[in-house]
Amino acid sequence: MGNRTPLYDTHVAMGGKMVDFGGWDMPLHYGSQMDEHNKVRTAAGMFDVSHMTVVDVDGDGARDYLRHLLANDVAKLDGKPGKALYTGMLNEKGGVIDDLIVYLREPGYRVVVNCATREKDLAWMNQQAAAFDVTLTERPNLAMVAIQGPEALDKVKEVLGLHWIPAIDGLKVFESVARGDWFVARTGYTGEDGLEIMLAGDDAPGFWRALADAGVAPCGLGARDTLRLEAGMNLYGHEMDDETSPLVANMGWTIAWQPEDRDFIGRGPLTEEKAAGVKQKLVGLVLEERGVLRADQSVVVDGSDDRGIITSGTFSPTLGHSIALARVPVTVGETAQVEMRNKLVPVKVVKPCFVRNGKSVI
Amino acid sequence: MSEIRNELKYLSSHEWARLEEDGTVTIGISDHAQDALGDVVFVETPEVGTTLAAGDEAGVVESVKAASDIYSPVSGEVVAVNEALEDAPETVNSSPYDDGWFFRVKPSDASELDNMLDADAYRAEAED
Repeated sequence: MGNRTPLYDTHVAMGGKMVDFGGWDMPLHYGSQMDEHNKVRTAAGMFDVSHMTVVDVDGDGARDYLRHLLANDVAKLDGKPGKALYTGMLNEKGGVIDDLIVYLREPGYRVVVNCATREKDLAWMNQQAAAFDVTLTERPNLAMVAIQGPEALDKVKEVLGLHWIPAIDGLKVFESVARGDWFVARTGYTGEDGLEIMLAGDDAPGFWRALADAGVAPCGLGARDTLRLEAGMNLYGHEMDDETSPLVANMGWTIAWQPEDRDFIGRGPLTEEKAAGVKQKLVGLVLEERGVLRADQSVVVDGSDDRGIITSGTFSPTLGHSIALARVPVTVGETAQVEMRNKLVPVKVVKPCFVRNGKSVI
Repeated sequence: MSEIRNELKYLSSHEWARLEEDGTVTIGISDHAQDALGDVVFVETPEVGTTLAAGDEAGVVESVKAASDIYSPVSGEVVAVNEALEDAPETVNSSPYDDGWFFRVKPSDASELDNMLDADAYRAEAED
């Protein structure tokens, strides 16, 4: 038996097909992954993401600590309590230990990291914390529910009522508001508008049921993956890992190079890599004929003998054909070929983003 | 619990076969297999007229999650394929034993069906 979130019994009662995910028993789907995917693109769906790891970072040295630990610069959050920042946490070689979101709280910061990388993340964060006046507090008793889709905010307001409506109406994208254990952020992993809500685990089943009664579709990890892939969002262990530089994982925009004297972990190797010329990049692939692109298939591009590799591939329910993210030599042109079942199949090369707010962007 | 029909024969790779009254054999994938694959998005069937040997790869079923080869449990000539699956692959999920059949073979040796698992034996394997 794996770890269980506070919503485990609710998932089982609602027909969730439970599978192991990074040591957690999580719902893959509740009947049809495609229906759940489409519900998020057209109305509203909800995901249990309580398996993710929440760490509060407090103390006088918190800001300096995070400015050293993270490739993006938490100084961008100064004076904006509730604001969120997406960033990589790099090792000394410039590889990605994890990607995460950090929120500015009053006082302190909150960091949300992936569940599959929890142990090494916490070990690394604690190791780096020794040199700073900072305390790290994991918050394992919090549940987290992501409500996503064009109707998500309205549904949450309907459930939470008058007390929360002005606060939610006041949230811009990548902003959060906290009240007691409740922490409501306008963030997500689907390419749709929506909220990610942290709350006490004991309150989670009632909140989930109320959302379901309001018409929000329970969605599993299957739909979460096809939605994030259509949105061109990275998944740790696929698009990047300890051996992968953020510069080849479409995370260049998350590295804050200014100010030049900020000494963040990994800065040296990344500076050298940039000076020498980055060799690969993350692109989107589109297969309009039959078949499904899958992770680890090899990609042949013009102008290079080196092959690229598909990091994530799936059938796109919104587009009706297959899409993939691939790390390829930078010489890639507008088309490439993927080796599928011992055949080279032509694909279109696009920016690594396929669907936003319910619509194709390719 | 997935449905396992008693009148059918099975392979441990999750194909089912049914001997029709005209002597042909219809082949599809089990309810257990469609459930494990999840939403089916493409089905590749063999061409009519192809001669298959028992155990030959005869097609592919692709779901959102994974691709899976389909094997022919019997030798013979392909006499029909379910063309409706091209436009409605999700039929494999909704009706794996009826409307979601894959292809039909005129067997050269119908006794090969005896090499397949009966429902009880398949049930025991699928439950593992």
